[in-house]
Amino acid sequence: MAQNPAVNTLRSPLGRVRGLGSARGGTHHWFMQRVTSVALLPLTIWFAASAVFTLAGASYEVAAQWVAQPWNAVLLLALVLATFHHVAAGLQVVIEDYAKTEAGKLVGILLVKAMCWLLALASVLAVLRVAI
Amino acid sequence: MAEFKLPANSTIQRGKTFKAEAGAKKVKSFKIYRWDPDTGDNPRNDTYELDLEKCGPMVLDALIKIKNEVDTTLTFRRSCREGICGSCAMNIDGLNTLACLKPIEDVSGDVKISPLPHLPVVKDLVPDLTQLYAQLRSVEPWLQTETAAPPDEERRQSKDERAKLDGLWECILCFCCSTSCPSYWWNGDRYLGPAILLQAYRWIADSRDEATGKRLDDLEDPFRLYRCHTIMNCTRTCPKGLNPAEAIGKIKTMMVERQG
Repeated sequence: MAQNPAVNTLRSPLGRVRGLGSARGGTHHWFMQRVTSVALLPLTIWFAASAVFTLAGASYEVAAQWVAQPWNAVLLLALVLATFHHVAAGLQVVIEDYAKTEAGKLVGILLVKAMCWLLALASVLAVLRVAI
Repeated sequence: MAEFKLPANSTIQRGKTFKAEAGAKKVKSFKIYRWDPDTGDNPRNDTYELDLEKCGPMVLDALIKIKNEVDTTLTFRRSCREGICGSCAMNIDGLNTLACLKPIEDVSGDVKISPLPHLPVVKDLVPDLTQLYAQLRSVEPWLQTETAAPPDEERRQSKDERAKLDGLWECILCFCCSTSCPSYWWNGDRYLGPAILLQAYRWIADSRDEATGKRLDDLEDPFRLYRCHTIMNCTRTCPKGLNPAEAIGKIKTMMVERQG
C-alpha cells in the first residue's frame, strides 16, 4: 500500500491519494461486463442444449445444416461476440488487480485483448463460412 | 498490488504465556498479536489466561484487564467502550469487529486477536490509519452548496429525503470493512474501499448537497470505485450492521443512470 514505509516519498498522504486524479471512466467497461453476462445466460443455455440434443453424435452435414439456419447463425455470432467481450473485460480486471508493475499490466491487457480479438474473428469467420 | 507472503521480518513468532492465577475457575486464553517497533524483533503471539469470573463480558474488558493487571506493555486503542467511537476495531476470532461490542462468550476456544488486516502496524494492536484518513479527506465529506442557506433557518429536507441517509450516517469510521476487503488489500493505494465509498455516498445521497455531479466525476475511475468486485466482506463484518456494498452498488447505478 502507498503508505508502506518501504515507499520512499515525502509527499503528503492526501497528495498521494489524489494521485493523477480520476480517470473519468470505467462505467462503460463495468456496465458492458454486466450486460454481456446477462446476455450469455440464455445464449449459453441455448448453445449447451443445442449441443446436447442436436449436435451430439450428429454427422458433419447435419451439424453444418444446423449452423446454416439463419437463427442459429445469428445466435452463434451473438454468443461468440458476447463471450469474447466478456472474457477480455473480465481478464483485464484480474490483471489490473494483481499486476505488479504498470508495464506488466499494459502488456498483459494488450495480450488478452489481442487474443480475444483474434479468437473472436476466427470464430465469426468459421460461423460465416458454414452459414453462407 | 497483491502480496501473498509476509516479508521475513513480519513472520509471527511464538510469544510468552501468562498463566492464570492459582484458583481461577473459568479460564479463557487470549492469543494476542504483539509487535514493538523499538526492539526490532519479529511480531509474536502472546497468550494471556484470564479468569472470566473476574472479567467483564466483552473482549475489550479482557484487554483492559490484561493491561491493568497482567501486562502493562500491551498497546491498543479504546475510548467509549460502547460501539460509538470506533477506536477498538481489531480482528477478533478471524473477523474484524469492535472489541467493545464482541462478547467473549461468542468465541469458542482461544480468543485470537490481531490488528486490522493489511495496514502498517504502529505497535501491537494499533494500526496506522493515515491512508484511510487521507482517502476520507479526498472525497470531501462535508456539505457543498452554492445556494445560500435560508436566513435564520436550517436547510430543509423532506422526510423521504432524510430517510435516504439512514444506514449511512451511522458509520463510525472504524474501518473494519475496508480492512476486510481483499480488493482494498491488493489495491488500497488507489481503490477507496468500502468505508470511504459509503461516506462518499452519504454526501451523494444528501438532498441538500449541490455537488453530486462533481462527486460522481471524482469517483468515476477504474480503481477508485470499480475495484469493488461485490465480495461483500464489508457488509458481513460491519459491527454497526451497515451495508457498504449496497451503497457502492447505488453509486454504480447512478454512474450508469447519468450516461444516458
